[in-house]
Amino acid sequence: MKIRIKYEKSGVLRFIGHLDVMRLFQKAIRRAKLDVAYSKGFSPHQIISFAAPMPLGMTSEGEYFDGDFNSITTTEDMMERLNTTLPEGIKVHDIVLLDENAKNSMSVVSASDYYIYTNEEATDDNIATLADNIEEFIKQDSIMILKKSKSKEEMSDIKPLIIDIKKKDNGIYMLLVSGSKGNLKPDLVIASLCEFCGLEYDRYNYRIHRIETYMGEEKLLSLSCAGRRF
Amino acid sequence: MGKLALSERILMEIDKPARYIGNEVNIVKKDLNNIDVRIAMCFPDVYEIGMSYLGIQILYDMFNKREDTYCERVYSPWPDLDAIMRREQIKLFSLETQTPIDQFDLLAITIQYEMCYTNILQVIDLAGIPIYAKDRKKGDTLIIGGGPCSVNPEPMADFYDMFYIGEGETSYDELLDLYKKYKSSDMSRKEFLISASNIPGIYVPSLYDISYNEDNTIKAIKPINDRVPEKVKRQVVTDFSKVTYPTKPVVPYVKVTQDRVCLEIMRGCIRGCRFCQAGMIYRPTRQKDVEMLKKYAREMLDNTGYEEISLSSLSSSDYEKLDDLLNYLISLKDTDHVNVSLPSLRIDAFSLDVMSKVQDIKKSSLTFASEAGTQRLRDVINKGITQEDLINGSRQAFIGGWDKVKLYFMLGLPTETDEDLYGIASLSERLSEEYFEVVPKEKRNGRVMINASASYFVPKPFTPFQWAPMISPTEFTRRAYYVKDSFAQQKNKKSLKFSYHDADITILEGVLARGDRRLCKVIYDVYKKGAIFDAWTEYFKFNRYSEAFEENGIDPDFYTLRERNDEEIFPWDHIDVGVTKQFLLREWNEAKKGIVTPNCREKCSGCGCTSYKGGVCYEN
Repeated sequence: MKIRIKYEKSGVLRFIGHLDVMRLFQKAIRRAKLDVAYSKGFSPHQIISFAAPMPLGMTSEGEYFDGDFNSITTTEDMMERLNTTLPEGIKVHDIVLLDENAKNSMSVVSASDYYIYTNEEATDDNIATLADNIEEFIKQDSIMILKKSKSKEEMSDIKPLIIDIKKKDNGIYMLLVSGSKGNLKPDLVIASLCEFCGLEYDRYNYRIHRIETYMGEEKLLSLSCAGRRF
Repeated sequence: MGKLALSERILMEIDKPARYIGNEVNIVKKDLNNIDVRIAMCFPDVYEIGMSYLGIQILYDMFNKREDTYCERVYSPWPDLDAIMRREQIKLFSLETQTPIDQFDLLAITIQYEMCYTNILQVIDLAGIPIYAKDRKKGDTLIIGGGPCSVNPEPMADFYDMFYIGEGETSYDELLDLYKKYKSSDMSRKEFLISASNIPGIYVPSLYDISYNEDNTIKAIKPINDRVPEKVKRQVVTDFSKVTYPTKPVVPYVKVTQDRVCLEIMRGCIRGCRFCQAGMIYRPTRQKDVEMLKKYAREMLDNTGYEEISLSSLSSSDYEKLDDLLNYLISLKDTDHVNVSLPSLRIDAFSLDVMSKVQDIKKSSLTFASEAGTQRLRDVINKGITQEDLINGSRQAFIGGWDKVKLYFMLGLPTETDEDLYGIASLSERLSEEYFEVVPKEKRNGRVMINASASYFVPKPFTPFQWAPMISPTEFTRRAYYVKDSFAQQKNKKSLKFSYHDADITILEGVLARGDRRLCKVIYDVYKKGAIFDAWTEYFKFNRYSEAFEENGIDPDFYTLRERNDEEIFPWDHIDVGVTKQFLLREWNEAKKGIVTPNCREKCSGCGCTSYKGGVCYEN
C-alpha cells in the first residue's frame, strides 16, 4: 500500500540536512512500529521516497514523502504514533492513501509557495521596502538573473517561473514553479528584488518558509490531494 | 525549544551545523531549578566520533538518573567553527541547553588516545576556563578526566583537577555528594581535592610530588601529606545486574561513525597479549548475562529505531554464550529487518556460518589479527594464534566462498628480526596458496586478495612491554620497506597487498603514552602553536611537536628508544590498575624467552586482579 505523508520541519531542526531528515524518518517509522515495506536483498531498506529536498536553514509546513507499507491502520492512528516519537520541529500533518499506480511525489511536484519574512537576527529590515516594490518588479518584461553552475554562468529569465508574488502581512508571499520541469529557488527572487530596489542582498536577513508543495499544471493541488485519508 | 548558542549566520556558514544544535532524539531535558550539580561530558573530538563512543552514553544515562544532577554533552568544535569562535569570542557551549561550559560545575573530558591531547586544551580554552589547574579557584569549573589514557594521565596532569581511574559506574555518587558539600559550604578547593583523593579511584595529580634522578628517570612519587593515599586503585564493576545500561541512547541526526545500537557484552579480555593495554587494564574479564543482553538489544532497537546492532567487547569469541546471543540477533533479521554488524571473531565453523548469514560473502572480507609474521614472535607477544589456526581458518573461509582476507601486523615488536618481517610476506603467500589448493578453477571468480597491513608498535603503560624500547623512525621505515620487498619476491604477489602507516604520529604516541609530567608544558606549547585535531592527518603537523620538544629541552628519545631497567620507577607507578608490576615484569621476562602464558580460563597466572573479587577469576 502506498501512502503519502505530509510533514513540517521547523525550529532548530531547520539546520539538519535533507539526508538527515530521511534517516530521521526511517528511525521514527521503526520506533512507531509502523509496518513499512522493505526492499529485498542483503541490505534491505525501507521503500520510501521524498518529494522535494529542502535547503538547509529553510522551514516548511508542506513537505512530503511516499512510502510502501505492508499494512496500514488509520490516518489518525499512524499520525499519532509518528508524532509521539518525532522530535520537536518535525511533525506529521496528514497521511493519505494513494492509488497503487500513483506517480511518486518527486515526479509530480510542479510548484511551491513560500512566505519570506525578516530573520530575528537581521542586521537591517528591508522587507517593507521590498514588498512595496513588488508591483513594479513584476511589471518588468523579463527578470534576468545570473545563474551560476559548476561549468558555466548564464543570464536567465526567471519571470516565467514566478506564478504569483505579493505582499502579505509583514512579509512577502510567492508561488514559484518547482520540480523537474523548472525550478526557481525563493532566495533568487529575493536577491533579484533587492537588486531591483538598489538594496544589498544579505541572505541571513531573511527567513524562508515553505507553505505547500503542489502538483498539476492548469490547476494546482497540494500533493496530499492525490490520495484520501483512511 | 530554546535558543541556540550560535547565530543563524554562523550555523549556515559552517560544515554540518547539526553537530551543534542538540535536540536529538532521546536527549535528557531537566528543569534547571531542581539541579544542584551540572556536568558537561566531553569527548574531545568531532561530534561524529564522540557520539559513537559508548562510554559517554553510559555515563550520560547514569548521571541523569540522579535527580539533583544534569549531565549534558559537548564535543570539539571542528576547525571551521573553532576559528569563528575565537574571532567572535564565543564560548564553548553544551548541546542540551546551549549553556556556556564555564557555567558548569564539572567538565568531564574523556582521554581516549594520545593524539587528542591538544583537543582537550582546545575545549578547556574555548570554554574560557583557565588551562592550568593551578590557576583555577573555587567557583571555577572542575575538570575531571577518565578513559583509557587516564591510567597514565601524567602528560595531562597539569590541566586536570582530578582523574577518575576505572569504570565510572562505581564511585561517582560519592564524588558528587562531596562536591555538593563543597559547593554549599566554605570548604576550600584544596580541602575538597584532598577529600576527593580519598574516594576510591579518584586521583588528584596536584597532591603528588614527583622528584627526578640526574638521568631524568623518576626518583620518587610522593603524596604531599599523609591525608593523601599513596596509590589510587582502578575501579571496576563486579556485578553488571546492579549497574545501569543506556537502553535509550541519544540518536544523532547526522550520520556518525558508529551509527547503530551498541551492545556491550563483556569487559576485559582473558587473552593476555603482551602488547595490548586494554587486555591488561580492563581485567578481570566479566561477562554480561545473555538474557539481560537480549532484553537490552530489544529495548534499544525499539527506543532508537536503528536498523543495525553491533556487539562491543575486546574479544567477542571469548563470550561464552555468543552463539545463543548471535542466533537471537540473527533471528531479528527476518522479523524486524535488523542487521547484525559482527565484531571480529575467531574464524571457525561457527563464525563462518554466522557471517554467511549476515554478510554478503562476495563483498565482505575476513580479518585475522596475526600481529606478527612468525610463530616465534607470536609467542613473544603471547598472541594465542598459530600458523595452523590461520591456515585452517582461511581454508574454511575459501571453501565457504570468501576470497578476500585482511591480515593485521605490527612492526617493531620487541625482539623482531628480519626473519619475522619476511614472515609477514611468506604467511600471506601461504594463505593465497591455500586458496588455489582448495578452490577449484571453475569456482574461482576473480582473484584471491590477501591484504596485509602494518602499524607500528607503541609500548604502553601497564603492559609487559612497558619496559621495552621503541624502534627509531628510520628503522621503522627500513622495516616497512623490507616487508614491502619481501612481498615483491612472492610467487602470488599479484594476489597480495601490503600497506603501512606513517611513522611520525606513532613516535609521538610513544612519547606521550609513557610520558611524565614534564610533557605538560610541551603539549601546552604545541597547542599554543595552533595544534588541534592532531589525530586527523590533514591537521597534524609534526614540526609543532619537534619545535616544542626542542624549546623545552625535552629529548623524545628518552621516552621512546630507551629500554627501562627492572627497578625503574614509572610515571604511573602510583596508579594501581589491578595487574601488579611484579606480574608484568615476569611476563616481560617470559616474553624475551618466547614462553607463552595461558589465558585466564585455562589457568590463573596470578596477575593480581583476583583482588577485585569478581569475573573470570571466580568463574569456576
